[in-house]
Amino acid sequence: MNSRLPAGYNPVRPFRDPAAVKALLQRIESAVTRPWSIMEICGGQTHAIRRYGLDELLPDSIELIHGPGCPVCVTPAAKIDRAVELSLRPGFLLCTYGDMIRVPGSGDSLATAKARGGNLQSVYSALDALQLAREQPDREIVFFAIGFETTSPGHAQALQVAIDEEITNFSMLCSQVTVPAALTMLLGDDSHRIDGVLAAGHVCTITGSNEYHAIAERFRVPVVVTGFEPVDLLLGIADCIDQLEAGSYRVGNSYTRIAKDDGNPVARAALVRMFEPVDMEWRGIGVIPGSGLGLREEFAAYDAERKFQFESRIGSHDDQSGCISGQVLRGLATPERCPNFGQSCTPATPLGAPMVSAEGACAAYYQYARFE
Amino acid sequence: MCLAVPGKLIEIISAPGASRLGRVDFDGIIKTADLSLLPDVHVGDYLVVHAGFAIAEISADEALATLALLAELAEFGEEP
Ligand code: SF4
Repeated sequence: MNSRLPAGYNPVRPFRDPAAVKALLQRIESAVTRPWSIMEICGGQTHAIRRYGLDELLPDSIELIHGPGCPVCVTPAAKIDRAVELSLRPGFLLCTYGDMIRVPGSGDSLATAKARGGNLQSVYSALDALQLAREQPDREIVFFAIGFETTSPGHAQALQVAIDEEITNFSMLCSQVTVPAALTMLLGDDSHRIDGVLAAGHVCTITGSNEYHAIAERFRVPVVVTGFEPVDLLLGIADCIDQLEAGSYRVGNSYTRIAKDDGNPVARAALVRMFEPVDMEWRGIGVIPGSGLGLREEFAAYDAERKFQFESRIGSHDDQSGCISGQVLRGLATPERCPNFGQSCTPATPLGAPMVSAEGACAAYYQYARFE
Repeated sequence: MCLAVPGKLIEIISAPGASRLGRVDFDGIIKTADLSLLPDVHVGDYLVVHAGFAIAEISADEALATLALLAELAEFGEEP
């Protein structure tokens, strides 16, 4: 039987404890004997690393490379263009997460489209968009569904409710992506310099860690499921370093209190019921086969891209701005290497998505600047 | 986006016709979360909530084991 947590349990504070951080840093320092590069997949982890200055507290021989786990950043310009198009259509209301709104497509962002009369609503949850559909039956409510495996099960649930309640003025513009396909692409590239991987803890609450065994085995890299608080990140890094120093490459889990090995089976079943793998373009990176989650054919009535006609085409819309987000997202360049960084590109005047999103690496570097 | 916040489930409410909802206490801030992805949770459990949905239950055993490990490490680190 599962024990209970004590009444005063704080689920966050112990994982920010300075004494624990210090002890873990010492522990890592005593274990490392040579240089290693570790990629943290999730942009939320990148932000925590910069916010707490973990990259500077760690021994110099450990380099943290930032990964592609920023859903807003990888959403292709062409999908944003379609969202913009729908937002400008009379009788439509485009709903999406706040982070997405200021990201430029190939022209407009949803925010600039709104300034030109577009109908846009920022929502916290897909359920909020569904509620708008209930309240405004004579309007087409389109939810721009972006996210990794953490977020997509909620989209699936919202859709199930829409089907159950026969809400017909609700649809989704899907730009959902999955981590393992992207990780396989990154590790399959001969020029990569990733020695170990910190898998995104919240993605793994859904998927579990089981699907990383094949990747660890095939590419001979340790993959450690890791959380987001400083102590969690250091626990993940410590496991990774121990494995690298020992020459092993297992799937580890340093976030066991939240991410179970088999994830959340109910959520996974919801994903499978509604969605199927599709080839998906990752902005700045290109098409990654099977890396998207699109609506199944039988739910076409809820798929905005099947339900409505579009003027803007899906294809590769090259970014003309000189944004090097593709390199940043693959860990090939740090944001500071971008000539636009902090100059023509700032959070107030973003040229690329990584400067807008709360998970973008460029925003993390801008927000938590270092003076050297 | 993948930001998911831990909190304590303090009440289960069911909305008419919809899925099970819960009220979750995030260190003093109370919010509603959809519980349909976690059918087996009880009042008093700690959950992780993301974009309006509870997506994971915090395992007390695992949390306590990690805390014990941290205490051990900190103690070890304090020795000269
Ligand atoms: S600093 Fe701006 S232009 Fe450069 S990569 Fe980041 S988002 Fe793109």
